[in-house]
Amino acid sequence: MKLSLGPNMFFWPKTDIEQFYLQAKTSSADIIYLGETVCSKRRELRAKDWLGLGRELARETNKQIVISTMTLLESPAEIVTLKKLCDNGELLVEANDLSAVQIMHDLNMPFVVGPAINCYNVSTLKILLKQGMIRWLMPVELSGDWLKTMLTQAIEQNIRDKFECEVFSWGYLPLAYSARCFTARSEDRPKDDCQYCCINYPQGRKMNSREGEQVFVLNGIQTMSAYQYNLINEVTQLKDMGVDIIRISADNEQAFTQLDKFKAQLVTPKAYSLETDKECNGFWHQIAGMSVA
Amino acid sequence: MELLCPAGNLPALKTAIDNGADAVYIGLKDDTNARHFAGLNFNDAKLAKGVDYVHQRGKKLHVAINTFAHASGEERWKKAVDNAVAIGADALIIADLGVLDYAANKYPEVERHVSVQASTTNLEAIKFFKNNFDVDRVVLPRVLSVQQVRQLAKTSPVPLEVFAFGSLCIMAEGRCYLSSYMTGESPNTVGACSPAKYVRWQETEQGLESRLNNVLIDRYQADENAGYPTLCKGRFDVDGDVYHALEEPTSLNTLELIPDLMAMGIVSVKIEGRQRSPAYVEQVAKTWRMALDRCNKNPDNFQVDGAWMKTLANLSEGSQTTLGAYHRKWQ
Repeated sequence: MKLSLGPNMFFWPKTDIEQFYLQAKTSSADIIYLGETVCSKRRELRAKDWLGLGRELARETNKQIVISTMTLLESPAEIVTLKKLCDNGELLVEANDLSAVQIMHDLNMPFVVGPAINCYNVSTLKILLKQGMIRWLMPVELSGDWLKTMLTQAIEQNIRDKFECEVFSWGYLPLAYSARCFTARSEDRPKDDCQYCCINYPQGRKMNSREGEQVFVLNGIQTMSAYQYNLINEVTQLKDMGVDIIRISADNEQAFTQLDKFKAQLVTPKAYSLETDKECNGFWHQIAGMSVA
Repeated sequence: MELLCPAGNLPALKTAIDNGADAVYIGLKDDTNARHFAGLNFNDAKLAKGVDYVHQRGKKLHVAINTFAHASGEERWKKAVDNAVAIGADALIIADLGVLDYAANKYPEVERHVSVQASTTNLEAIKFFKNNFDVDRVVLPRVLSVQQVRQLAKTSPVPLEVFAFGSLCIMAEGRCYLSSYMTGESPNTVGACSPAKYVRWQETEQGLESRLNNVLIDRYQADENAGYPTLCKGRFDVDGDVYHALEEPTSLNTLELIPDLMAMGIVSVKIEGRQRSPAYVEQVAKTWRMALDRCNKNPDNFQVDGAWMKTLANLSEGSQTTLGAYHRKWQ
């Protein structure tokens, strides 16, 4: 099994991003995803900068580098940028919207299907395979049983060897996308005058219930889980059902420690007790996502 | 421009047609549609009556099969397509790629509309659906501004339908797992957001509290109207500020955009609310029929009647309406 470092979903200053990927070079990750997936107004790194950083990582490491692309694309300008990223001529691309699937298919290039593309069944997998999918990350709300059913059907229908399966296994879960920017709203600003305020919240803004229970994280137009998803205790199960890649989300520097921890877990599994006020694994067990099974 | 109204049952369907709908959309009585609520939707017998009523009056029936097919139950979604076609549906509203593929191959002659749940927000995504499933219409999610809808309408190879009135989903539809994060059930998987079985109301010393799967969504003072605890419309605490962090209880109302939408060539305006009563359907259909007729007669001088706005506000969440994402300031 391989380990991947997912795309960072927060908005950080350029120097912090560069510092982070400097560390990523020597991390336990076999695959590194990078790029802006949330908001096209975030331009500390522009498309050419992401591609430059990606090429540098590809040159200087033995890791596979993948360019992750935007999830909610609304304007022609965003599509122009998306096309630039897709047609980079070198690095693999993660599609997070069907627009990217369409563009990659037109380019006749293989691609990864990211978590924001709604693939809930094996018929959909087959359609995406025909378009050029070579790796699939299931929607984060789906369970282990659901995945097992799909992978079993993929074997029965002789398509299991045509794609790798990756599972989002650690980090804040991307849960929703809106036209509205909730971070700008939290500062009482309209999106058109957001002043790029997401940069002041490198871990987003916590949205709690009035009883102090942590509910969500506001990250611009994206809403995330307030608890970090953690499948450390399910690693053996993932392996047994034939999952190829474990994804650790690039929330912060903790991700590097987690990569080491998951790597060790693959060799000598240990039982960890999750902290219910910080972590969750409910989605995997088909119960409320925010809970711990 | 077609007026497309919701119907959760046969009386609502008849009311919609009688009050000016050009078409109605319905769901079957199972989890294949995104309003899978107890006591709602159509069994086979009711469906047959509904189709007859609509067709005898020269109107159209759309069937929403717009949840995502379960890995272990794809047959149920295919059967829903078979049933809808057998009964004479004029259009199938579908979100799942596998289900669209099935419908396109088996029933190429029956119209396929890309459901709002498929989250199709740009030209390349529209091309994907056109190229792969030869779809006849795309229903746009409620995340685009009017300018963005206009741009898309100019270039889209497929006719577009937009949401015109009703409960406002503020997230890109089909891409929201907030409900399953809190309850284990989402629109994509079970066809319901913030399902009623997880809702609990409680009078406390601090006020009336609404909870969803035990998470406090809102707390109301005696002078405040309590609304259904849809989880994105509660009051939460962000660093000490308590406010509607995501959205207030409000409904979408786009009466004032009618001339714009007509000029852009939008083919259909959709009213939300299959879960609402026939009385709601009557009021909304009647009001929108009057508005569309007036605009058709004289699009250059169209003005929204104050009485229409009042009628619609009274049917809205929190008795208030918004232009939502169509208006950039909302974003």
